[in-house]
Amino acid sequence: MWRFIIGRLLQAVPVIFIVITATFFLVRAAPGGPFDAEKAVIPEVKAALERQYRLDLPLHQQYVAYLSDLVQGDLGPSFKYPGRSINELIESGLPVTAELGAYALLIALIIGGISGILAALRPNTLQDYIPMSLAMVGICMPTFLLGPLLVLLFGIELDWLPVSGWGDIPGDKILPSITLGAAYAAYVARLSRAGMLEVLSQDYIRTARAKGLPEWHVVLKHGLRGGMLPVVAFLGPAFAGLLAGSFVVETIFQIPGLGRFYVQAAFNRDYTMILGTTVFLSTLIVLFNLLSDIVAAWLNPRLRAQLSE
Amino acid sequence: MVKSTIRALGVLCLLSLAACMGGESKVEQGNRDGVLHYGNGSEPQGLDPHVVTGVPENKIIRTLFEGLAVKNPYTLEPEPGVAERWDISADGKQITFHINPNARWSNGDPVTAHDYVWSWRRALDPNMGNQYAYMLYPLVNAEAYATGKLDDTEKLGVRAKNDLTLEVTLNAPTPYFIQLMDHYSTFAVHPETVSKHGGATDRFTPWTRVGNIVSNGPFVLTEWKLNRYIRVEKNPLYWNADNVKLNAVMFYPTENLTSEERMFRAGQLHYTNEVPLDKIPVYKSMDNSPFVQAPYLGTYYYLLNTEKPPMDDVRVRKALSMAVDRETLVSTVLQNAYVPAYSITPPDTLGYFPPKTFSYDPEKARQLLAEAGYPNGDNWPGLELTYNTSENHRKVAVAIQQMWKDVLNIEVSLANQEWKVYLDSVNQMNFQIARRGWIGDYVDPNNFLDLFITEGGNNNTGYSDPVYDEIILREAPNAPTREERYALFRKAETMLMDEMPILPIYTYTSKHLMHPSVKGIPPNLMDSLNIRYVWLDPNETLKAE
Repeated sequence: MWRFIIGRLLQAVPVIFIVITATFFLVRAAPGGPFDAEKAVIPEVKAALERQYRLDLPLHQQYVAYLSDLVQGDLGPSFKYPGRSINELIESGLPVTAELGAYALLIALIIGGISGILAALRPNTLQDYIPMSLAMVGICMPTFLLGPLLVLLFGIELDWLPVSGWGDIPGDKILPSITLGAAYAAYVARLSRAGMLEVLSQDYIRTARAKGLPEWHVVLKHGLRGGMLPVVAFLGPAFAGLLAGSFVVETIFQIPGLGRFYVQAAFNRDYTMILGTTVFLSTLIVLFNLLSDIVAAWLNPRLRAQLSE
Repeated sequence: MVKSTIRALGVLCLLSLAACMGGESKVEQGNRDGVLHYGNGSEPQGLDPHVVTGVPENKIIRTLFEGLAVKNPYTLEPEPGVAERWDISADGKQITFHINPNARWSNGDPVTAHDYVWSWRRALDPNMGNQYAYMLYPLVNAEAYATGKLDDTEKLGVRAKNDLTLEVTLNAPTPYFIQLMDHYSTFAVHPETVSKHGGATDRFTPWTRVGNIVSNGPFVLTEWKLNRYIRVEKNPLYWNADNVKLNAVMFYPTENLTSEERMFRAGQLHYTNEVPLDKIPVYKSMDNSPFVQAPYLGTYYYLLNTEKPPMDDVRVRKALSMAVDRETLVSTVLQNAYVPAYSITPPDTLGYFPPKTFSYDPEKARQLLAEAGYPNGDNWPGLELTYNTSENHRKVAVAIQQMWKDVLNIEVSLANQEWKVYLDSVNQMNFQIARRGWIGDYVDPNNFLDLFITEGGNNNTGYSDPVYDEIILREAPNAPTREERYALFRKAETMLMDEMPILPIYTYTSKHLMHPSVKGIPPNLMDSLNIRYVWLDPNETLKAE
């Protein structure tokens, strides 16, 4: 098992290195720079700014300097927010985005898991069709539509919930979490239905039923563990996707998370911010994929046996 | 199972309902406690007056710091700030500021003339990378110092005669110089505080953080939650604290227009930074409408690249301009949210009205185009109109494209570019027609007309006329009276519009939703907020829609 983990971690290093290199040179290739503005910046001022951010060095030297800072954990200063470091900005945004992602994932698991399992129990009946059609709608409905719709209904019409913010007013975390979680709930529902269907048709389930075990026992104890495998495999990338993809929800609800920095950085040509967030998120994605592989291996006895050989 | 899902959802709703019961809105609470909740557009880049550029930064910095003179929000004329009065010499080149002996930094230190000398040297220091350094260029030797041609700071036209007297020497009479004292790039910073946290010209120091910052304005910084809010509270040491009515201001980075409008509706904001265009009719029709709109010191126009055919022919440029029906454009596509413009300077710029040298004239436009060799659009070589990605720019471009087609029977294609790509194209003069906006930094026609001097950094049209340059750079600054100066500007602007290197479209407006309880924020050309005048009346409520 340890060999498996260490091997995968070693594989991750070149992947992340390629991501950094590609991002570094791609953002530099884009026209326009961080100091271009509608009002022309006088050449002397621009030169001073470039000096302060090391942009006056040849590109390869900037690259080497960036890498050596990165190895020491320093992601550099922000262009857009002078006086703040990228580390600091990520630190300020990450807890919020992670919390939002965790709630969304929880909602996705509870709603998606329950409806998927129930659908699998009575395939091709109404109990299957209704949640699965809803799931299809959930997958198709973009967050930028669902968010404002929920706000309109619960925030404005019914006036039950705050329309924006994060942790400022009680209840303001509910709508963004649901908005972000909905699409993932739909995926989880479809995955858990498929997984459960496959497992419930296995011989050992028939054996369990033949033993006369109550149905809930069969489903929860014997079926769930195998049936949830596809969901677990999905969770790692899903959580990373929630972190990286929450920017739409963060924008709709004015949430001070990481996603907003990420998107704005690209528009602002905030080189260090683009790189910092890309490096950070790609590392997270690699780690979460690894984590979900480990959990999947742990849940699947055959795979576990293979790995411990 | 459907039942159980519904039940789960029901429980969730009930829980959330319980969580937000008993809510007095932020606005009601604010009215009671004297706290203004202010939609401020976006997260400020920072709060160092010599580093940042931008409107949201301006709003916050001007509550924390105060300039030598401030603007009266009703008239936009200067009134005493840190300086209790100032004398201007007969030739207009010497200004003596007398600093208010009661002016204090928030740590109790007196504000002195030496602080200004130190701060202006910092603002102009070439190592600072201050993008607004040019605001101080009217000072003797300021430009030479800021561009590295002179390194003796003693030669700068600013000197402290004693603790409370600041002497300023200008290159030429600059009638708008006092106004510039209300621009953050000319504000003083507290030298000891800046030095304590890093080098004087270092952009990366934490001196503006909560707990570190020392300022001299009506409010002090008490909380700064990145991308959430900034809270400033009344500064008891401010010299005019007795006349500050608010206890605190909360600034929110409301980037998303739609969300901001929803926050207003939900009672979370007193004041919005913007109003979505499609919501304007609804708000306008309300009794006691919270919608406020005023002309804004900015012009939306198209740059015409006079170096590229067919636009190197003035007749083509004029034909294009006369074929645009601005009144219709504004009243239909733009929902009357802007004002049609026929020149670069916005109307009533501190009493200045630009000349109107042409109007919508399809007949004349066709005739001019025919004279230029394209009768009824024949032989038309095609033209590309570049704009940066935005729904609003696209709508305007499509409408104008259609007007040109209808009136002149010519094809113009549209090219949409991402912001930085567009800036690059414009700066490289790599376009035929390009959208442009210019927002004034100070209320004076000079701020618009000096854009088009030969080789001006923001000219971007290839327009060059030595007579025009002479008027703007030499004759107008030396004009003895405001009337004579404005007459010169009108002459220059008439010359400019006769060559038509730009196609003015509309004058910007500031648009806000303002809760009726908010008093003392009059609409004005600068969209200028003077927080000293603002107060909240708890008896005023927003009528239900």
